[in-house]
Amino acid sequence: MAELTTAEASTESHATSLGLSNEKLGMWTLLGSECLFFGALISAYLVYYGRYNGVPEVSPALYDIPFTSVSTFVLLMSSLGMVLALSAIQRGDDRGFRIWILSTAMMGTVFLSGQIYEFTVFVNEGMRLDTSPFASSFYVLTSFHGIHVTLGVLMLVTLWARSMTGKLTEANADVVENVGLYWHFVDIVWIVIFTAIYLIPYEQVTG
Amino acid sequence: MTAVPADASTRGLKILRRPKATTGLWSWVTTTDHKKIGIMYFIATMFFFIVAGVEALAIRVQLAVPNNDFLTPDVYNQIYTMHGVTMVFFVGIPLGATFFNYIMPLQIGARDVAFPRLNAFSFWVFCAAGIFMYSGLILGGLPDGGWFNYAPLSTTVGPDLSGYTYGGGSAELARQVHTGRMLMYSVGLQIAGIASLASAINFIVTILNMRAPGMTLMRMPVFVWMTLVVAFLLLFALPVIGIALWQLMFEVRFGANFFNPSAGGDPMLWEHMFWLFGHPEVYILILPAFGIISEIIPTFSRKPIFGYTAMVFAGVAIGFLGWGVWAHHMFAAGMGPVANTAFSLTTMFIAVPTGVKIFNWIGTMWGGKVRLATPMLFAIGTVAMFTIGGLSGVTHSVVPHNYQQTDTYYVVAHFHYVLFGGLVFGAIGGFYYWYPKVTGRLMNETLGKINFWTLLLGFNITFGLMHFLGLWGMPRRIDTYYAGFGWETLNLLITGGAFLIAASVALLLLNVVVSLRRGELAGDDPWDARTVEWMTSSPPAHYNFREIPQISARDELWHRKHAVSDSGDYVRVPAGGSGDVVVHEDEDADIHMPDPSFFPALAAVGLPIMGWALFASGMTMVVMLVVGAVITVGALFAWTFEPSAEEGH
Repeated sequence: MAELTTAEASTESHATSLGLSNEKLGMWTLLGSECLFFGALISAYLVYYGRYNGVPEVSPALYDIPFTSVSTFVLLMSSLGMVLALSAIQRGDDRGFRIWILSTAMMGTVFLSGQIYEFTVFVNEGMRLDTSPFASSFYVLTSFHGIHVTLGVLMLVTLWARSMTGKLTEANADVVENVGLYWHFVDIVWIVIFTAIYLIPYEQVTG
Repeated sequence: MTAVPADASTRGLKILRRPKATTGLWSWVTTTDHKKIGIMYFIATMFFFIVAGVEALAIRVQLAVPNNDFLTPDVYNQIYTMHGVTMVFFVGIPLGATFFNYIMPLQIGARDVAFPRLNAFSFWVFCAAGIFMYSGLILGGLPDGGWFNYAPLSTTVGPDLSGYTYGGGSAELARQVHTGRMLMYSVGLQIAGIASLASAINFIVTILNMRAPGMTLMRMPVFVWMTLVVAFLLLFALPVIGIALWQLMFEVRFGANFFNPSAGGDPMLWEHMFWLFGHPEVYILILPAFGIISEIIPTFSRKPIFGYTAMVFAGVAIGFLGWGVWAHHMFAAGMGPVANTAFSLTTMFIAVPTGVKIFNWIGTMWGGKVRLATPMLFAIGTVAMFTIGGLSGVTHSVVPHNYQQTDTYYVVAHFHYVLFGGLVFGAIGGFYYWYPKVTGRLMNETLGKINFWTLLLGFNITFGLMHFLGLWGMPRRIDTYYAGFGWETLNLLITGGAFLIAASVALLLLNVVVSLRRGELAGDDPWDARTVEWMTSSPPAHYNFREIPQISARDELWHRKHAVSDSGDYVRVPAGGSGDVVVHEDEDADIHMPDPSFFPALAAVGLPIMGWALFASGMTMVVMLVVGAVITVGALFAWTFEPSAEEGH
């Protein structure tokens, strides 16, 4: 995503075969791979649903669904911010872009803070990485998602800084679009994770 | 991440000056040229091929006679594990990358891959993974759980730690040593996976987006098609084993519970995730060889490939079906009759597209003017040896038969026929075929023919006899055996065969080195070939083609060399007659290519540092993790702000 292509660097600068920039195609390809990455993590969590290793207190009963719903809402709203940021830079509205890109990054940060708070509460209530297959698969799944959000926030802040120094303008709107693709993916994957973790009634599974 | 326009105001962070060297060590470290990267892949792959070969010879010396004590059981476990891991992850996958890098962009008429620096990053990360993996030699040992490293053997070392001490140490020491070895495995393969994932993305984008004008998908050489299928398989298979490796790492290092049955974990999860990667991986290894021989056989049969469309779709079908057969590696694990039956059927199905390919290669040779030069010998050898391996593979799909074969030398014989007989024979054929393009000189034919026949003989002695050993009940992975089972003669013969293979490989390497200076000058098109990589000079200039060729047909070069006569036949155009077969221009003119960069190699350095951090604990670990992360992320950032090519250069 970070590269100027050979085609662009060469004098011919002929269009790409598919008419889609290499960076965008590369991002879509990466996201295809990410689907399997999160698919494997979610599968592992579902396989280990209800395996409490003799510690039945550490179960989905710990989940604070209203709290996580709020942070989920914030994360989903950040996708709106991303769309508005892209729209602003495509119109050449640098000020609007900076406002929205920073808002998006801040909403991502709010979500991450919520995750850190949630982890802290869970650990205090005795849910640790080594407690049970249930706990291990919960932490590994949610923290890998958290790492993805963190990387996304880093990219968003970088975009903001580039815009502030005048190096990101309407001409590079494609870069914003590619980061946006990544950001929307991370949000969409969270919808699946949130559903799998928080919305499946656990009494039914554990019987 | 951001890309920046290549204008003078955005030269980016001036952490490191832009490398300028075009010769010498730094030109190789900083290169972004797909051809130089391909050559480096070749050298690194050959290095690991020799390492794995020496490991194989050590295994064979140990097993040559009964009750041998040449290797201790502990060392033996490490050596057979690393033979498998090295051959699969550090020879097989990068061998594909060697050809993809050098040949694929030339075959589609591109100047380079889509992301040249990412390509360099892939190579250096692959090297970092190899160094990390073998650093186990000084950090308590190499992985010893077999290449598929089944849980819970990999996680809890069986039920009783105290009974499993290394060198008379305590159970605690044993646990530490075991943890270290499993970290080597999990983190080492994780790093190697990053390299392959990056190159998979790169090759997919390159093939889909960088084709020369007129090069439609169905005009692409079969090799390019196979590259595309392999890249997609890597793209989707790697994250699956990636998760399994993370789970293993968290389990052995941080006490997570994934695979420990006594804590409610399920070892079968590892098996499923490993083989969900592992079976596509088999096709990741073999399809490059299928692609290579699909280029060699038409050239040396003087015919277009028979059934091009069927050939392409068979390759794509293998790519899809390859996802539905993984559990045939696990028939003996107790999945139950329904699952076993389903996977038995899918396994028989996948033999069909493979059979289509084999018949099409034979159909290509049928009625052609076959020239038995060394590349062609290796290609025919690939078809024959792979067919034998494929047939023994079909016998595995029959579940009751499979129960009998599981974990015996019959299985070892099978997968060496498909991987050595398929992948290695095909790749060596590819070396002989494209060597003149890479170096400008032909490899020695006499040495080549001796190389082929000795390799064929040594290979069949070694692995052919293993079928019998397996059916006579010899289990794989045992470090020694008692006399009296009737295994002595065959084992001794097999060891002899293994040394014959080693001698033949030495001959190959000798040929590679000697021909570099003494080989006959090749010219641009020594084999009278059919595809566009033979239109440019040998070796190609750094920009590949002076002018990007306009593609109007499959086998473009053949069509340029032939014209339709009045009677409707194809007739050979006299050399130089068409004038546009080969264009030589000495001056580089103003073709702008991406500049070299320090950052890909620098970014790779951080990854093994983060891996080694896990061997420490407390603050040391945190500091090392941070240092590694700063190096990698910092280099990636600097790379992002660095324009692909400097202005006015």
